[in-house]
Amino acid sequence: MTPRQQRMTMVAAIVAGVSIAAWLGMLAFKENVMFFFNPTEVAAGKAPEGQRFRIGGMVANGSVQKTAGTLDIQFLVTDFKHTVPVTYSGILPDLFREGQGVVAHGRMQGATFVADEILAKHDEKYMPPEVSDALKDNPPPPDVTPPPSSTGT
Amino acid sequence: MIPELGHFALILAMVLAASQAVFGIVGAARGDLRWQAAVRPAAAGQFVLISVAIGALLHAFVNFDFSVVYVASNSNSALPTFYRVAALWGAHEGSLLLWVWILAGWTLAVALASRNLPVTFASRVLGVLGLVSFAFLLFTLATSNPFERIFPAPADGRDLNPVLQDPALAIHPPLLYMGYVGLSVAFAFACAAMLEGKLDQVWARWTRPWTTMAWAFLSVGIALGSWWAYYELGWGGYWFWDPVENASFMPWLVGTALIHSLAATDKRGLFKSWTLLLAILGFSLSLLGTFLVRSGVLTSVHSFAADPTRGLFILAFLIVIIGGALTLYAWRAPLLKSPAGFEPTAREAFLLYNNILLVCAAAMVLVGTLAPLIADAMGQPPLSVGAPFYDALFPILMLPLMALVAIGIHAAWKRGQLGQSRLRILGGFAAAAVAGLVLVYAGYGPGKWMTPLGVVLGVWIIVSSLFDPIDRLRRRLTLPRGVVGMTLAHVGLGLAVIAVATVESYTVERDAALAPGETLVLGRYAYRFDDIQRIEGPNYEAERATITVLRDGIPTAVLTPERRFYWVQRQTLTEAGIANRWNKDLFAALSSQLGEGRWSVRAQMRPLINYIWLGAGLMALGGILAASDRRYRVRAAATAPDPATQAGAEPA
Repeated sequence: MTPRQQRMTMVAAIVAGVSIAAWLGMLAFKENVMFFFNPTEVAAGKAPEGQRFRIGGMVANGSVQKTAGTLDIQFLVTDFKHTVPVTYSGILPDLFREGQGVVAHGRMQGATFVADEILAKHDEKYMPPEVSDALKDNPPPPDVTPPPSSTGT
Repeated sequence: MIPELGHFALILAMVLAASQAVFGIVGAARGDLRWQAAVRPAAAGQFVLISVAIGALLHAFVNFDFSVVYVASNSNSALPTFYRVAALWGAHEGSLLLWVWILAGWTLAVALASRNLPVTFASRVLGVLGLVSFAFLLFTLATSNPFERIFPAPADGRDLNPVLQDPALAIHPPLLYMGYVGLSVAFAFACAAMLEGKLDQVWARWTRPWTTMAWAFLSVGIALGSWWAYYELGWGGYWFWDPVENASFMPWLVGTALIHSLAATDKRGLFKSWTLLLAILGFSLSLLGTFLVRSGVLTSVHSFAADPTRGLFILAFLIVIIGGALTLYAWRAPLLKSPAGFEPTAREAFLLYNNILLVCAAAMVLVGTLAPLIADAMGQPPLSVGAPFYDALFPILMLPLMALVAIGIHAAWKRGQLGQSRLRILGGFAAAAVAGLVLVYAGYGPGKWMTPLGVVLGVWIIVSSLFDPIDRLRRRLTLPRGVVGMTLAHVGLGLAVIAVATVESYTVERDAALAPGETLVLGRYAYRFDDIQRIEGPNYEAERATITVLRDGIPTAVLTPERRFYWVQRQTLTEAGIANRWNKDLFAALSSQLGEGRWSVRAQMRPLINYIWLGAGLMALGGILAASDRRYRVRAAATAPDPATQAGAEPA
């Protein structure tokens, strides 16, 4: 092969390699990207059936139920318009408590969100951006009475 | 009084940085030697002044001066002295101060070491560094002054974030910043070369040791962060593809590409404009990392409190500095020609493949990290890209790279002459395949498909990199530090690859609700929950569990995981109990009380995990050795380079 042909072969190989990498990248991206929904969107049926997604909001006051002696827990995630029941079995992040923001990963099973991961945030002041957005229209009221829902999301 | 002194010193330092930039860049453009003579004193003065500022803040921390807002927010009278010092960089303002101090340190080092360089070139390098320093000092003073006072002073401070009260984390930021900021030196050298319109092999030889040092620091910094996340934060994971981890990993990937591309520029005068581009990219990604951490635009465990002004400032800074450098690049890069050709199996070619794969990997991480931001900007529903994305793609890019490393080590410059090394390549591969497959299948049993591949490639890299130094020793040739460093770094890489591949397949993990006396079985190991006690630390109280690990029924380790409650910040933190074995870690973490006398416990067994950090440490050590090679200290300007005679005989 002449040097020119060699160079062209190399360029062709590189282009092919990069294209394959980009294609695989797109595939992996489409499969592994996770969308975020707030309880109102979940209640409206916008969340995909059987697919993993993230849900975020506040842990409703007085909603946490633990089964004594096991790792099982149930609670309600709320954006003060709608609530979604969540079940989880496993170790909770240290900052998980009622009245705090929470993000959970998992799927819907019927009307219940079955979480496989509850996100750990190590700062009490910290609120995940999605959660504060989800709550923006409805700032947490001082009491537990949900405000009348004025606009749809 | 003393905090004001620090504040004042910081303002003076900013003025000096501005004059350093003007005297350096404009002075060199005008050819004014008197202007340029002011650059080095300015750099030295700046270092002294920022040191005064650091000293002032340290003084405030050590002496409990809670009238300083930053001290009051990040310290407490019960905090031990060691952490009062480390608290200096425990939050945004102080870590910026640390950043500018380290930048001033690098600048001073360049000022001292550049006396052999041509005057205009050295002035330009220092001028660009002055510009960067000016921007960061302006940022610090305008948006994040660490010396701000509060009146009346609170009686006690709000304490350092408990997550940061840990020895590894105390030294993690300084080391990481040494790496981040060190990349600004490579950036400054690149800008100076573009301003000169000239880039030769001598330039590459000046730039290489600085870049390699910065890369080595970055490696250690990242490894320490990962190690800390493992035992403190992550419930046993070592890498989470968290946006801020990614922010440090991208410059590392590009930096790795840069040190290899610089090798080709140094030895063969090749890839000149590519090297420049990588130097610009590396520093841009460092800045981007800063932007991501400071602005809180992404959800991350590291996010400091979100502050849009700060984010905007850094974004503007990013655009000015990077846009400026890229404009300069577009203007000047076409002037640079890389004359020599090479064959597709030559060492240059392998370095090129290495660069392509590393930059692709960095691009992939960038896409994953920024996707949530881009989706948000385009009005798409919020999305997140989690570990599965990276776990699927990263090996696809890295496994071929590992094979290329193992082969490329044998290639000679210009003409690959791989035929001559055929026996070494095939023999090495055969040895690695046998050793790797035996390790995997006899030692651990079947796992993910990538594991045997990763282990074999890792062993192959180690075997391949040992041929050359052993050969040199047998022929009684000298063993320059460059060769030793390169070998160490590649052995470290091989170890890390083997370790990651093994950990990914053979980690055993279980969560359980245990009462004292109960046992959790993990393969051949049994974790027996013996009892739980209350203990008290300087600024926290804790529950400490005693867990005995039995191997085939015989006690082999006692783990004491804790669950700490820090009084001041009212925060609960988990402190894992870990026993290191030469080939595995036994890990236990204690979580909340579940009622009925039970506690939630996570038990893990992770094989070879320590070799990930050992490998990273070897890479860094290799980098430091290579950077201290004698050939970089020879008066480079005095002699013309002679690539032809060096070809093949010298390390890359």
